[in-house]
Amino acid sequence: MKKLVVGMGTCGLSAGAQATYDRLEELALQHPDVCVMARTGCIGMCYREPLVEIREGDSRAIFGGVTPESAEELFRKHVLEDRPPDGESLVFACGPDGETSGAECGFLDLQERIVLRNCGTIDPESIEDYEFSGGYLGARKALLEMDPEEIVQVVKDSGLRGRGGAGFPTGLKWSFAAANEGDRKYVVCNADEGDPGAFMDRSVLEGDPHSVLEGMIICGKAIGASFGYIYCRAEYPLAIRRLQIAIASARDKGYLGTDILGSGFDFDMKIKQGAGAFVCGEETALFASIEGERGMPRIRPPFPAEKGLWKKPTNNNNVETYANVPWIIVNGPEAFSAFGTEKSPGTKVFALAGKVVHGGLAEVPMGTTIEDLVFKIGGGIKNGKEFKAVQMGGPSGGCIPSSMKSTPVDFESIPATGAIMGSGGMVVMDEDTCMVEIARFFLDFTQKESCGKCTFCRIGTLRMLEILERLTRGEGVPEDIEKLEQLSVQIKEASLCGLGQTAPNPVQTTIRYYLDEYKAHIFDGKCPAGECQALVEFSIDPEKCVGCTLCAKNCPVDAISGKVKEVHVIDSEICVKCGKCITSCNFGAVVTR
Amino acid sequence: MHLCWALARPAPRRTWTERLKGVMKTAAKNENFSYRLWRYEGQPGELIPLLQSAQEHFGYIPRRAITYIAGVTGIPESDIYGVITFYSQFRLRPMGRYVIRVCAGTACHVSGAKLIRETIEDELGIEVDDTTEDGLFTLNTVACIGCCSLAPVMMINDDTHGRLTPASVRKILRSYRKKASETADTVAGAS
Repeated sequence: MKKLVVGMGTCGLSAGAQATYDRLEELALQHPDVCVMARTGCIGMCYREPLVEIREGDSRAIFGGVTPESAEELFRKHVLEDRPPDGESLVFACGPDGETSGAECGFLDLQERIVLRNCGTIDPESIEDYEFSGGYLGARKALLEMDPEEIVQVVKDSGLRGRGGAGFPTGLKWSFAAANEGDRKYVVCNADEGDPGAFMDRSVLEGDPHSVLEGMIICGKAIGASFGYIYCRAEYPLAIRRLQIAIASARDKGYLGTDILGSGFDFDMKIKQGAGAFVCGEETALFASIEGERGMPRIRPPFPAEKGLWKKPTNNNNVETYANVPWIIVNGPEAFSAFGTEKSPGTKVFALAGKVVHGGLAEVPMGTTIEDLVFKIGGGIKNGKEFKAVQMGGPSGGCIPSSMKSTPVDFESIPATGAIMGSGGMVVMDEDTCMVEIARFFLDFTQKESCGKCTFCRIGTLRMLEILERLTRGEGVPEDIEKLEQLSVQIKEASLCGLGQTAPNPVQTTIRYYLDEYKAHIFDGKCPAGECQALVEFSIDPEKCVGCTLCAKNCPVDAISGKVKEVHVIDSEICVKCGKCITSCNFGAVVTR
Repeated sequence: MHLCWALARPAPRRTWTERLKGVMKTAAKNENFSYRLWRYEGQPGELIPLLQSAQEHFGYIPRRAITYIAGVTGIPESDIYGVITFYSQFRLRPMGRYVIRVCAGTACHVSGAKLIRETIEDELGIEVDDTTEDGLFTLNTVACIGCCSLAPVMMINDDTHGRLTPASVRKILRSYRKKASETADTVAGAS
């Protein structure tokens, strides 16, 4: 009996997985004795979605880019005629003897899957599937066989550090919340993944929601809490739906509620939907948002472990951190710390995106180098361009230049570069990306998302943004760089929460590594990467132009001349660089230099 | 070993699909605006879910919804207004039939999201956060949809469109406009 599994995370669905699934189901229903259908979360290889996996016994074969049309052929060849997996669409195959083949082996070979252990293998909407793959064994062990102190000790011994970005030791955090007395305590899961370019938590919630629930139950037992909140972004409707199903079925099976598994321990939880505010990823702002207020950070101390949500002792961790916990409880702390480096044990999930060939999710041991991630797993840079930098940590992080690509990824080495580990977004940039423009982009984001409580964050970021906008327009003055550096220091010193304290990071790292580009913008009036519209020249590629006259019709200053079916020319003397010709051209013939 | 206890559990009384339907039905009922208002008994932290259900119900948050909520919860209208304006999800004006959300995440940005946004603005003649005069399209930006591998991306209502180019954006928008005019014709014809 074969099993046909379709990857149906947000990435798969937006690539058209539903249509593929429907077509395959139709075919499968005609041959009910040959195969069954199943769905799963994100398999990780987002760049080849929609993905279809054919499983039989221990062997598996993953096919990429399966449209409803090609699904038919795939079904006939590999399901009905039982031919060995081959062809262009084959992404990865693993025989019964464990031998791997396929075009994208490299993507999976370097990975170690702890957090993503079930992502892309189980049906996220079925608690039975999770149980069959060893789910809720950790909760069972923690609730029935372990004392709260023992659980905290095991997590401490494993060396697990918070995966939300700051890397605070999780066991230590739990011990603080456990030590504080309170009539009620809370477990909070931060699933407000706001970093643009990061989608690890979304994939875990969509692909394996029960692992997060289980981690929270174990944490509840460890710190003596009886209620939990999952604070999830409203922009992730599928993740919220799957969490709702997971919580309902866990209640049904007795993993949530009173006297769980006969251990005498009570625990229940609720989902709180975020309403679109990046600052709510900061824990005190998150608590304010759960309490129904404007999501503004509060002064610490008192720390959440003492007075958190509703002024009660609270433990707050990120999705990935909780997903690690059941595995640690089952396999022991030594098995976990065997991965990674001494100070940063375990694995980390990265969301590879940007100008990289294989964008997707990869879980690697801590200490893997940036080079391995970008080239071995990511498959290098798109269109054979030059690798310029990676951006880590989103708007709070920084750009690490290609010259430092041998930097290992862990909680010590990355902060040393000026970037931060962050939640795991890794956006790859090539030679066409302007670093001043990137700094402007992130400042624009943090400026909009600043809650406005601290003056330096509210107004300082605006002043920095104004300077950066001026630079990208080619109106920079020599003092600008110094002013940016000065403001960076002041904003960092005088802001209350992580948003303000890290907001200048993208500017500081780009100044540190790409000072030449800043200088080129100010002194030469040039954008070396050719991205800043005001500093480049527009021209028309004669090879691509078909002479449709659309650009000439749309040009507000009549700078474009040419006859029908003849190559058009832009007069750079008249051109005001508005970009109308680029957006109107259907053939991509307008180029900037 | 772990298989034993999973198998040993008694078979569920209802099938999985039946249970799922039950769950979804309850979930849908609990998100209903009037149900939430009616059920409110002073539980703390209910304001944001109430506003979310109001927006779900009306498509935006009208003045009268703020008055209802203030009346039931006793939270001053000014405080409610403060919460609404803090979160980007909430809108105080009605939105168009098709809500376009252009992704402005990092991955989309480096793949040319700005060009895509400008093309939409040009095609529809509106700017970000505006609605077209015929009430058909509203243009918004969003920090990240999470389909970074398909960048640049936009969502129109619940459909995601990836790997966009200026030409494909215009084509997509025109197809929506055509669809809207066709359905308008049939409605007019039927009446």
